[in-house]
Amino acid sequence: MTALHVTALLVVAVSGTAVVLMRDPLRQLVVAGFFGLALALLFFVFGAPDVALSQIVVATVAVPLLALLTLARMREREDRE
Amino acid sequence: MRTGVRTVAALAGLALLGVLLVWAVTGLPDFGHPTGRYATEAVRLTVSERHVTNTVVGVTFDLRGIDTLGEELILFCAAIGSTVLLRSQREEGRVDDAARAADEARPGIPASLRLTGALLVGPVLMFGTYVVAHGHLTPGGGFQGGVILAAALLLVYAAGRMLALERLRPVALVEVADAVGAAAFVLVAVGGLVFGVAAMANFLPLGSVGSLLSGGTIPVLSVAVGVEVAGGVTLILTEFLDQALLRRAGDVG
Repeated sequence: MTALHVTALLVVAVSGTAVVLMRDPLRQLVVAGFFGLALALLFFVFGAPDVALSQIVVATVAVPLLALLTLARMREREDRE
Repeated sequence: MRTGVRTVAALAGLALLGVLLVWAVTGLPDFGHPTGRYATEAVRLTVSERHVTNTVVGVTFDLRGIDTLGEELILFCAAIGSTVLLRSQREEGRVDDAARAADEARPGIPASLRLTGALLVGPVLMFGTYVVAHGHLTPGGGFQGGVILAAALLLVYAAGRMLALERLRPVALVEVADAVGAAAFVLVAVGGLVFGVAAMANFLPLGSVGSLLSGGTIPVLSVAVGVEVAGGVTLILTEFLDQALLRRAGDVG
């Protein structure tokens, strides 16, 4: 366990807590993107570059986008009611 | 329950959970020293018997290839399912009109964002292709590369659909890519039955370790998955984005 490992773990812990504490869904999505990026860094540091590669795209691009579009659709429905 | 009591109960529960977690983690094997034989054997086998230097891809596309076949068909079904669900809500031609209206009604996108998106499309496509094609040599492979290729579509969208999203009509192309990738994987799996001894058998020449054409069917399957994932993820994203466009058109009209 080197300093790099500890740093990566700490960043994941802090950003993960930040995701939980953020109450506004829109901001939570942005923070969750950073959390995903921190996880990718963690995977890379711990010797799993394969997982890190998919994590980057899935967590910072695909999931936020799908969640954003879903949020937009839900808001539209709320506006209508 | 009063707030004070609830806080005490939550803290006690969290402390107990923390203790259990620490206890469990201290019992894990050290990094780089797996106790099971599978890990060390897989690393040895994929290099000596399959001539691939990336063990992860060697395992997913050969040793445990049948699992990947199932996973790939799951993604295929998910893409079809979401497409069928989302398309049932719209009429032919409405998306084109909505896209045009959105393009006109959206002057708010700064030119710098459009330019950055447009400039990044090429390098991202290149990188995705590289990750797919070199999966058996370096970290990467069909799934990772395929998702990177799909991310290129998002850049086109960020560039304001001005590039070619309407002109090229890539929806038909990604539908075909999704189907062709899935079919190619199944055909290679069946090819093991025809040319080898069992389904998923590696029936192509293995080549020399470290060269681009090595590993027999492994790079072929990796490319098949890359094409399928790129097509499937792009299809799902396109359908979602079309929904957003239709909604915006509904707001305007």
